[in-house]
Amino acid sequence: MTPQVISQQVIEAHQLTEPEYDKIVSLLGRDPTYTELGIFSVMWSEHCSYKSSRIHLKKLPTRSKLVLQGPGENAGIIDIGEGYAIAFKIESHNHPSFIEPFQGAATGVGGILRDIFTMGARPIAVMDAIRFGPLDIPRNRRILEGVVSGIAHYGNCFGVPTVGGECMFEDCYNGNPLVNAFALGVFRKDEVFYGKAQGVGNPVIYVGAKTGRDGIHGASMASAEFTEESKQKRPNVQVGDPFLEKLLLEACLEAMQTGAIVGIQDMGAAGLTCSTCEMGSRAGTGVEIDLQYVPQRETGMTPYEIMLSESQERMLLVADKGREAEVFAVFHKWGLDAVTVGRVTPDGILRVKDHGQVVAEIPNRALADEAPLYDRPHTKPARLAPLEAPPIPDRSAPGMLRADLIALLRSADLCSKRWIWEQYDYLVRSSTLAGPTADAAIVRVKETGTSIAMSLDGNGRYCALDPREGTKLMVAECCRNVSTSGALPVAATNNLNFGNPERPEIMAQLVESIEGMAEACEFFETPITGGNVSLYNETLGEAIFPTPVMGIVGLMKTAQPTPIHFPEAGLNLILLGGFGTCDETHFGGTQYAKVILNSLWGLPPGLDMAYEKRVHQAIREIVLGGLAAAAHDVSDGGLAIALCESSFGPAGIGAHVEIPLGMRPEFPLFHEGPSRILVATSQFENVLEVARKNSVKALPIGVTMKERLRIDCGSETLLDCDLTELRQPWETSLERLLRQQ
Amino acid sequence: MKFGVVVFPGSNRDHDAWYAVSKILGQQAEIIWHDATSLGDVDALILPGGFSYGDYLRCGAIAKFSPVMPSIRKFAADGGLVLGICNGFQILVESGLLPGALVRNRGLKFVCKLVPLRVETTNSPFTSEASQGQRLLVPVAHGEGCYVADDRTLDRLEAEDRVTLRYIENPNGSLRDIAGILNEGRNVMGLMPHPEDAAEPLMGSSDGLVIFQSMVSALVAAR
Repeated sequence: MTPQVISQQVIEAHQLTEPEYDKIVSLLGRDPTYTELGIFSVMWSEHCSYKSSRIHLKKLPTRSKLVLQGPGENAGIIDIGEGYAIAFKIESHNHPSFIEPFQGAATGVGGILRDIFTMGARPIAVMDAIRFGPLDIPRNRRILEGVVSGIAHYGNCFGVPTVGGECMFEDCYNGNPLVNAFALGVFRKDEVFYGKAQGVGNPVIYVGAKTGRDGIHGASMASAEFTEESKQKRPNVQVGDPFLEKLLLEACLEAMQTGAIVGIQDMGAAGLTCSTCEMGSRAGTGVEIDLQYVPQRETGMTPYEIMLSESQERMLLVADKGREAEVFAVFHKWGLDAVTVGRVTPDGILRVKDHGQVVAEIPNRALADEAPLYDRPHTKPARLAPLEAPPIPDRSAPGMLRADLIALLRSADLCSKRWIWEQYDYLVRSSTLAGPTADAAIVRVKETGTSIAMSLDGNGRYCALDPREGTKLMVAECCRNVSTSGALPVAATNNLNFGNPERPEIMAQLVESIEGMAEACEFFETPITGGNVSLYNETLGEAIFPTPVMGIVGLMKTAQPTPIHFPEAGLNLILLGGFGTCDETHFGGTQYAKVILNSLWGLPPGLDMAYEKRVHQAIREIVLGGLAAAAHDVSDGGLAIALCESSFGPAGIGAHVEIPLGMRPEFPLFHEGPSRILVATSQFENVLEVARKNSVKALPIGVTMKERLRIDCGSETLLDCDLTELRQPWETSLERLLRQQ
Repeated sequence: MKFGVVVFPGSNRDHDAWYAVSKILGQQAEIIWHDATSLGDVDALILPGGFSYGDYLRCGAIAKFSPVMPSIRKFAADGGLVLGICNGFQILVESGLLPGALVRNRGLKFVCKLVPLRVETTNSPFTSEASQGQRLLVPVAHGEGCYVADDRTLDRLEAEDRVTLRYIENPNGSLRDIAGILNEGRNVMGLMPHPEDAAEPLMGSSDGLVIFQSMVSALVAAR
């Protein structure tokens, strides 16, 4: 493990290019030691340095009156009023979750939770966006089950509610699942902690779990494509202990109250390396540590291994000199290791010693700020599907609609995800007002009168057809979810999952997507306060669909939420925003095209952002005005699926609706055009009035009724069936798909 | 009245319990750390949900050796009201303060859902404010909540009217649908569902509050 000679081979094994190595030599003025090479390789990895995406990420809006902290810290921070703030961020753990699904997903949750509480915020919600290959392949079933139990294991024990998320399936995620975990925490806005090593002479203290050999090179593994050898990288995946993390949380928050902590940062990707040099770099100081003091789980670890270990549940903090004892007392109360491993120096250098002997000496800036920056060539995004629609067969014969609707309800993307979310504790902290079945999860902040609505969304199919428009649609959808709950969207976090940026057509997807996101986030006034870029999502040369995932956070006064389910019969049904328009080209990204026609073509649905925003305004007024008995965003699967989902509530109330003549019925029922929300109301006129005032359409489409779903078109009845006929396949499908042999 | 909420390393519904009795019911409530050797002047104890000591080995198995346990045993032996919720129930069972055992859910998975319960007896300081047969909608959130005991024990619990709550829809395979039981002295109750998470309309149900209200009534009556 410790070849002292740095050969071409060793450099390549560290995924550094020749020019990158030359840059290291010129920054140091000499050849690096083996330990130094390892340190550079993780800090300059795509995962840590964002070297391919940084120049494009600068295009994203990051400011607003409410943003207290934008990108660059452990998490973004938003002012929620009454002296409180929230910190939130999303992060991927795609590669580890493929290699070892349970621990990969568990440590993904653990990592994002640490990002939140390292800032002083108590985590109050987690959500997960997860994507897998088709479930008819046994390996994908195993990955799904492992990922779900990993998320459950970590979040449930830690004591944070997992309140929502999404789970989608596509061939392209076969061999490259996506696991994106979002966490959100709350704190007093005058009690924010930053990862800064301030105050020359202050002690640098290591707390939490002991360092082992796990996860060495995790960050650089996440920055390479998958090959057959990747499966042998299992030891690179870290192992999580949610109990230890819970203790670390309580101890850190308690230690922060002593006032003796100057700066604090978690040890995530690139472990001790990243935390030491970033803390120094942010404060313009240096950090000197001696590895002999680092608590170790194994004997005989080399400096290289200690510096690159990604053992979980560790924190690095800087305390006021002379007040170490106060800090130690808190950690010892919680039964945790806490030792001084070094001190803050004035020279701006990361100096690593082993029993007094210097093994690495690198200017912090070289690691954190001088990382390579690439403007990688990008062409036009490759068309991943034909523009032209295939012949769409006529499926209007009696009985076919029912069969198609059931096929959609049974599909992996649209079926009930109850099997997943019932494994998550979504209620702990007794603050969950709306959980996994809602358009947006709502969690109240008990200390204030404010609640936080949040939604995670992504749509690889739309982005495959057009990364720019697909990304804008995703932002719109996410804001629509939040607005449907009655909240005002105020900020966003993004997780950009793409293939190999060294391929110009993939780089083009990334650039288009970021630019689309910038435009939409600007327009919907949801600045990006942080996030994560995950590149090289390819297995054996096959890239995933461009899959940006968005987390949007909204604020509302704490109040009883409006359900998505119809509560009683006889309510008027209004399609706020109207039926929308659709043609064959814009139908190719729908779930109908995927499930019924087994095809992908054309363009994503068209989006008019100004109209979309007016719809958001209107639905907020309707919900906050108490005019809606139920409200549900129309998205994947279109109006027919939205009607079903609203009908599958505890009251067993369905609907009788009429769709317009003149279009083929699949379009109004299954197209996925944006800017539409289904509203059930007993205050028909008032809802129409709000819509009129906001210049958005509001079409009466029918009424709610007991136990049945009926759809008419002119004088013809397209569908009339008992809800249980629809609900049963929807509810049991996922379990059935997982049990298939 | 003054409630003590016992916090073990890994407890995570301690705050929920504290919130229900203090903020919703307006009672005094204080946190008691697991290494406390005295319980102070509390009138009733709550052992909250969570993963005490990581629930390594077996749920509640390590907590029974914690420094605070002797005081809890004494408090219970002296007739003090002790409510164990979820992990708290597991700890009471491990400590022998309640009979039986809690094992892995029949479905082998953690399950979090609102479940309907039926009040089986009002002859207890934890259910006196409910009505016999009342339906309560209260969530469960556990991986090891399947209540088991030998037939003799189960028969005896029933004969002595010590089953306080049963599941109407059994989420975990508990024998005879048992969700909550009493000790012989009727002053210690354990239950797997979380009444503290169904304590006001914003939580989606306030049916659980009756458990804490009953405790307050019992304490007031005893004064």
